[in-house]
Amino acid sequence: MRELIDTYGVYFLVGQYPNGPLGGLALTLLLSALALLLALPLGLALGLARLSPWRALRWPVSAFVFTVRATPLLMVVFWAYFGLPALTGYKSGQFATMLVALVVFDGAYLAEIVRAGVQGLGRGQMEAARALGLSHLQALRSVILPQALRHMLPSLVNQFVSTIKETSLGYIIGLSEVSFIASQINTQVFTKPAQVYLWLGFSYFVLCFALSRFAYWMQDRGQRRPATATPA
Amino acid sequence: MIGFERVSKWYGSYPALVEIDETIARGEVVVICGPSGSGKSTLLRTVNRLESIQAGRIRIEGRDIHAPGTDVNALRARIGFVFQQFNLFPHLTALQNCTLAPVQLGRLSRSQALEQARALLARVGLAHKADAYPAELSGGQQQRVAIARALAQQPPLMLFDEPTSALDPEMVGEVLAVIRGLAKDGMTLICVTHEMGFAREVADRVLFMDAGRVLERASPAEFFQRPQHPRAQQFLADIRLPFDAR
Amino acid sequence: MFDPSLVLSGPYRDLLVAGLLLSLELAAITLVFALPLAIGVALLRMAPARPLRWLGAAYVEAIRNVPLLAHMLFWYFGAPELLPEPLKRRLYEGNIEAISAVIALTLYTAAYMAEDIRSGMRAIPPVQMEAGRSLGLGFLATVRLVLLPQALRITVPPLISQTLNLWKNTSIATVIGVGELMYQAAQVESASFRSFEPFAFATLSYLSVSLLITGLAAWYQQRYPVRHF
Repeated sequence: MRELIDTYGVYFLVGQYPNGPLGGLALTLLLSALALLLALPLGLALGLARLSPWRALRWPVSAFVFTVRATPLLMVVFWAYFGLPALTGYKSGQFATMLVALVVFDGAYLAEIVRAGVQGLGRGQMEAARALGLSHLQALRSVILPQALRHMLPSLVNQFVSTIKETSLGYIIGLSEVSFIASQINTQVFTKPAQVYLWLGFSYFVLCFALSRFAYWMQDRGQRRPATATPA
Repeated sequence: MIGFERVSKWYGSYPALVEIDETIARGEVVVICGPSGSGKSTLLRTVNRLESIQAGRIRIEGRDIHAPGTDVNALRARIGFVFQQFNLFPHLTALQNCTLAPVQLGRLSRSQALEQARALLARVGLAHKADAYPAELSGGQQQRVAIARALAQQPPLMLFDEPTSALDPEMVGEVLAVIRGLAKDGMTLICVTHEMGFAREVADRVLFMDAGRVLERASPAEFFQRPQHPRAQQFLADIRLPFDAR
Repeated sequence: MFDPSLVLSGPYRDLLVAGLLLSLELAAITLVFALPLAIGVALLRMAPARPLRWLGAAYVEAIRNVPLLAHMLFWYFGAPELLPEPLKRRLYEGNIEAISAVIALTLYTAAYMAEDIRSGMRAIPPVQMEAGRSLGLGFLATVRLVLLPQALRITVPPLISQTLNLWKNTSIATVIGVGELMYQAAQVESASFRSFEPFAFATLSYLSVSLLITGLAAWYQQRYPVRHF
């Protein structure tokens, strides 16, 4: 195992960089962070649309979110892989394909997190804001979202953990994220597949476990200092 | 100032308000009381359109407020509403709760809003809690901040929806004192409440509601001493001496 | 331009339908193994002995923090190499792809289901046991009449939700060469040079089954709602 790490450690961590494109664990992290960052505004928009009083907005968005959530991510990746070149006219790289698929997929899941976060505040906050004469948008911006986003933070970190795991599907379209790199290493070494894949699993574990513990800690801290005062 | 003209509301087939016909003059203090489910809160909430109506009209200063095309936000900015559950914004301090609307709606500059907020908090006896968050305040204090927040809009009309029902008994008095002060200052108030002593002392008129209808309207003295309608008599008997062993 | 007949009849249709059936089989077989395993792990996590609880927690954390794809790669490429020669040879002659896929799916799904079962059981206030006992019911009778009915109502909806995830996760088996729906859709695509029709077929198949499962959950929650106090 030691020799494996010595020989292939750097390749595992950063792929062929700097002699080639970024790969490995670094690419996994980069892709996840970028995907989640871009998915957030989409998720916010979709989530708020699902809560809109206008049916013309609510229904199509709900249908979209439901459809994406009922489809395997791999399906979305394939649609992006085969559909994007048809739509944009030129062949997009694996990174772009995976990014688009992840942003659409995570956007739909974030929409639900946003929806639950806002509905969890209860009607009273919106009523109080509207009773003061604030418009629906002003109420969202000044009262609802500041509270909802704070409550959603642990769920957002958990979604980040999910996104990291989702990047593994890049393997199937040949993106050099960490699972693909691991299989490349396995092909070269050939005689130690169990060790290579255990190493892969362990790397994911360390990353995701640390993040989910962090989310847990955030949730705990949120519970101990409640921001909402409850009347008797 | 406020006129209800044959106002009716249904939830599906359930009648929440039935042919309400009342007028409330400027400067009047009206208390609405009645058993649970009588529609008193619903009636109150139709005044600032937190509830809709299916029939009839509600006029404020002559204007039909449920007419399509009415600027709801402008209407609400001129009506102060105090909730049973306070509904303070927990992520803002008491001061910020009071400055949010005036600044957001462009009525006051930031410094003017701050000055007004401090004055209002002093008026409700909470100047020293201006920078406290709702979680750090007692129920009675929170409700008083809620009243200050509503007053920050300088409304000519204030609506109170069971303002003391969610409070521990020892905090009821401090909130009622604030409302009493507003009444003395000539504010038009409509208050839904169970606090009969308060009603007797402060109200110009009492409306008794049951099953969506106004069954009796009288001055407090007449209502509490000589209730006419049998339901009103029953109601007063129930709340007065529920466990009397006589 | 779009030619649905491509996939609605003939050899391509047969391939896709075979893939769909295999996906359903994978999900069904996994469910049969995952549920008892999940109950076992949930009980481990609630055991009185600390090492047992730790074992259950380690299982759940180790499995959930690694993507399913990595699990599949391990069980297909890695694990068989650890087996003794005769066993390994038999495995390779048999259906090793499907076996690895089912093992990976079972362990993965069970980890999530175990957590749902555990939260479901913890959601019942301990006083319910006291209440049952103080009426004169024995331990087993109280579990059967008071605790289990409540536990089922709380746990079944999240378990149905995990089944939905399982159904979607069967698509990952493509990676190790299992001929399920995604695999066949990709095969049809490369054979016919048309991507829309086979992927539309696959998408609609996934959606239909997802709809059925979601409908089942909605029906259950309508029929057996959790009644709060």
